[in-house]
Amino acid sequence: MTYIPISPTERDAMLKTIGVKSLDDLFKDVPAKHRFPELDLPPALTEMEAAQELQELSDSNESTRDLVSFLGAGAYNHYIPAVIDHILRRGEFYTAYTPYQPEISQGTLQSIFEYQSLMCALTGMELSNASHYDGATAAAEAVNLAWAQFRGKRTKVVVPPSVHPQYRAVIRTYTQGMGVEIAGDDPSSVSSDQSSVISYQLSVNSLEALIDENTSLVIVQYPDFFGRIYDYTKLIQAAHEKGALVCVAANPTALAMLKTPGDMGADMVVGDGQPLGIPMWYGGPTLGFFTTKKAYVHKMAGRLVGETVDNRGQRCYVLTLTAREQHIKRERATSNICSNQGLLALGAAIYMSVLGKSGMKQVADLCYQKAHYAAEQLSQVPGYSLCFNDPFFHEFALCCPKPAAEINEHLLEHGILGGYDLGQDYPSLPNHLLVAVTEMNSKEEIDLLVETLAEVSHD
Amino acid sequence: MNTPANLKYTKSDEWFDPQSGAMGLTDYAQSQLSDIVFIELLVEAGDTIEAGKPIASVESVKASAEIYASAGGKVAAVNKALSDKPETLNSDPFGEGWMVKVEGGKTGEVMDAAEYVAYCESRAH
Repeated sequence: MTYIPISPTERDAMLKTIGVKSLDDLFKDVPAKHRFPELDLPPALTEMEAAQELQELSDSNESTRDLVSFLGAGAYNHYIPAVIDHILRRGEFYTAYTPYQPEISQGTLQSIFEYQSLMCALTGMELSNASHYDGATAAAEAVNLAWAQFRGKRTKVVVPPSVHPQYRAVIRTYTQGMGVEIAGDDPSSVSSDQSSVISYQLSVNSLEALIDENTSLVIVQYPDFFGRIYDYTKLIQAAHEKGALVCVAANPTALAMLKTPGDMGADMVVGDGQPLGIPMWYGGPTLGFFTTKKAYVHKMAGRLVGETVDNRGQRCYVLTLTAREQHIKRERATSNICSNQGLLALGAAIYMSVLGKSGMKQVADLCYQKAHYAAEQLSQVPGYSLCFNDPFFHEFALCCPKPAAEINEHLLEHGILGGYDLGQDYPSLPNHLLVAVTEMNSKEEIDLLVETLAEVSHD
Repeated sequence: MNTPANLKYTKSDEWFDPQSGAMGLTDYAQSQLSDIVFIELLVEAGDTIEAGKPIASVESVKASAEIYASAGGKVAAVNKALSDKPETLNSDPFGEGWMVKVEGGKTGEVMDAAEYVAYCESRAH
């Protein structure tokens, strides 16, 4: 194959085919003065100059390489083993899109199959699809599954405000015009008055009261948006008694050390795969994972890879149960998603493989221990306290003596990317900072955060 | 192709047994769909259905199809066993592959066996 896309001979043959003598003749209907309009561009740069300019532009960004970061709220700063990028950049993987002519790409299918198998093990579920674009769209697909399962006869979806605000926003976008009623989604119902710390148990009880015979799905987050860990087993039982399905949106890092949503009886487990070896990249792209039980496979969105044997008895991989997908089932399909996030799903599979069970547990344990050290130290600083008493994983809400935005400004002046300002999504929590701690944060960094926050309270 | 003489047939390839009130998809339909891997019954006993409205959705390894009621009436029974063994629709479409039984079945536009055979042949290419 030649590098030059079209040779003069090919061009002449094409012109001859359409009956045009020359390129000028081809464009003669475009008025001459519009053919090459003068563009208002600065003088051309040499490659050296351009590289320098781009480097300068890039240097004006500040990333977690330059700053000490305690920012999480859905995207977490984890160590990414070098081998991931090394494998991802292989041409065989790097240029591939979701397999539309799948069986010719056995390597791609095998990598997706392994990703699916690992996600099942992590979530405690029977079946995983080939992935979605991010956690929020995966959660919205859970609503679609439940809607299809009850054929639109159950119209209510219960989503508490402790589910990620962006997930809730995407669910609302997805379900516009479907006739779905979202219940329990009131951010102002979250409060954390110092005098009356709301325990998560209480908010779960009020959630249970919303589940009725018209409820198709209950979505809860684990750990929830505020980092709290809660065993949903009883809530799931209560939902099942009303005939509703339950989807748990989970953080995959936490699943390495916590009881799995599968063990709690969840019908679907979704979430964002970003913590599994994917950079934060200023917000994306990430990876959405979606796992469920075999009973719901025919209503599941997305692609699904299965293992089988070919006509010579050799192990091979296929896209399976495709007749449920939109390109075959058309408007009767659960979802219009027939794609996946192939490259990043492979990245997640490599991450889980190289860390292994014990490595994943070690990362989770480091996050947990460091976050608890940070919480303990911070709650001793005058003016600061933990907003909730519940068990938490690697993120916690901190009640501050001033608006969180002001606190973050001060921290940034000291080279610290503070926590997430909860007031952005929860008007009742203006002085509340969501602080995330991962294995990347050293004890020195945590101590620096504590000292710097102590300064703010004296201002 | 099997087309029992005692049954009525629709243009969308369902059969109806006026004797028992049973309905399902035809031998021709199952052979066109190839291996059927999934069936979802869309009606329940006690429902009142109309001829021409969907009663089931099936998926094969290569296609998906809606199955329409070949007759209307009150649903007396649905064949729930099919969900666990959808392959029955391939092996015995007129017997164990029945989907729904209705009382007082009222058909829409239907054909007899000979007409249906001619109709299937007219579609062959």
